[in-house]
Amino acid sequence: MRISMTALALGLGLVAAPALADEFKGTDVQRWQAEYESVAKKGRELWTSGALGTNGVACAQCHPNAANTHPETYPKFQKQFGKVTQLWEMVNWCIKNPLQGQALAADDPKMTAILSYVAYERRGVKLEPGKH
Amino acid sequence: MTKLITRRSVMAAGAAGLAGTVSTLPISMVQLAFAGTREDVRFTYISDSHIQQIKGASFVRNWDMGLKRAVAEANLIQPEVDFVMFGGDLAQLGKREELDHGAEMLSALKGKLHAVMGEHDYYLDLGEYWSKLYGPQWYSFDVKGVHFVVLNSILTTDEWTFHRWPSAEQRMQEMAGLDNPNGSPFMVGEKQRKWLADDLEKVSKDTPVVVFSHSPLQKIYKGWNFWTDDAEQVQALLAPFKSVNVIYGHVHQIQYNQIGNIAFNSVMATAWPWPYPSTYAQAESHLPVLTVPMNRADPFFERDATGWQLVDVNSGRVTARYQLWDNDQRVVGFDPAAGHPVDKSYQDPMRRKATQAHY
Repeated sequence: MRISMTALALGLGLVAAPALADEFKGTDVQRWQAEYESVAKKGRELWTSGALGTNGVACAQCHPNAANTHPETYPKFQKQFGKVTQLWEMVNWCIKNPLQGQALAADDPKMTAILSYVAYERRGVKLEPGKH
Repeated sequence: MTKLITRRSVMAAGAAGLAGTVSTLPISMVQLAFAGTREDVRFTYISDSHIQQIKGASFVRNWDMGLKRAVAEANLIQPEVDFVMFGGDLAQLGKREELDHGAEMLSALKGKLHAVMGEHDYYLDLGEYWSKLYGPQWYSFDVKGVHFVVLNSILTTDEWTFHRWPSAEQRMQEMAGLDNPNGSPFMVGEKQRKWLADDLEKVSKDTPVVVFSHSPLQKIYKGWNFWTDDAEQVQALLAPFKSVNVIYGHVHQIQYNQIGNIAFNSVMATAWPWPYPSTYAQAESHLPVLTVPMNRADPFFERDATGWQLVDVNSGRVTARYQLWDNDQRVVGFDPAAGHPVDKSYQDPMRRKATQAHY
């Protein structure tokens, strides 16, 4: 990604005005948005599939449309963990307990997909980190 | 007086029961003053157990424990209730194994059991196996002068039911996802409404009527099927009666409402609680303004915000005592002065708890 942008800037530099720092077009924005949406869509599939754990229970059974996950309140103090936690830690708690599964790494593409979906369902709600 | 059964007293009752001293149980069912000759009717109400098969003989432990606990506690009620209701969604995916496993647990209940059909029991084989276990899907019965009606409110269009899906398993899966846009709105349907009209024809308008359905016979949020599409038509059949009460499951949370003469009470699930639809930021819902929400569920306590109910019908109106396992119980009863159900502790906004403020 960075390489192609640099190449583009260099290319422009050779023929015209000096390169701009972060030049992109409407088509780039559309592509980036589509990338996000496809990952959020994968997250929705994981959310409803029952394949994340071992007992067939799906996140959506308790959280239809990811409701009551309140991603806008993280990081926040979770009294049961006894510390300020991030949303992925709570997702892993659910995978390990109600879903009887194995925790995912914080940067596992599946975790990214889940967090993308949860945030998508909460779009438009103001950030309130720390809120209970 | 409203604290009839606390968690502690039920536990104590369990201990006392084990010791064989049933007559010393601390549970005392207070008989509310009843004007007239009719005794009040009491029943326990267990609902939405969602027994889920993993494979073979293994089932999701969490949901099993909810139903087992409700059955064990309901059996401790003294004096014994008139009957027991199960409010639907005994199974998660309508499988014979799930229905059998759930029915085995329910078979430990003392007293006559009546069951309501839920969509999770229905959409695999269209209620065939469930009906072998529990009989007709809609019928009525009378207890101590109260007319009780059981409806199957989770039917939908013939097109969706018979022609849309390549397999029964897929049909079940599509309806099982609460937030699945491929689902279809629930309805009682014309045939059953006709039956209801005929059934009610024989009942005097002064007779208290209690209707059991799985889905709300009112419209709250269509996206999660907290909804019955022909609710208004069913309500119209009930409207001529002096006191009508509808008790429904499906929503896994406490709701109550009043529409004309009809008082509505929901019941909790034994399996897991659901968020109130108002917490979904992308859609409008119509949670009845009367409803004081439950405390926000704490996921670290497996049974939090689940439980069962003890219901009495007194002077024709329902009082629901919600037996919450990790919180104070809630009592929602009809207030004759207000003309609608109220929460006996929390109706006044000044008396609510911080954990009842959902977002």
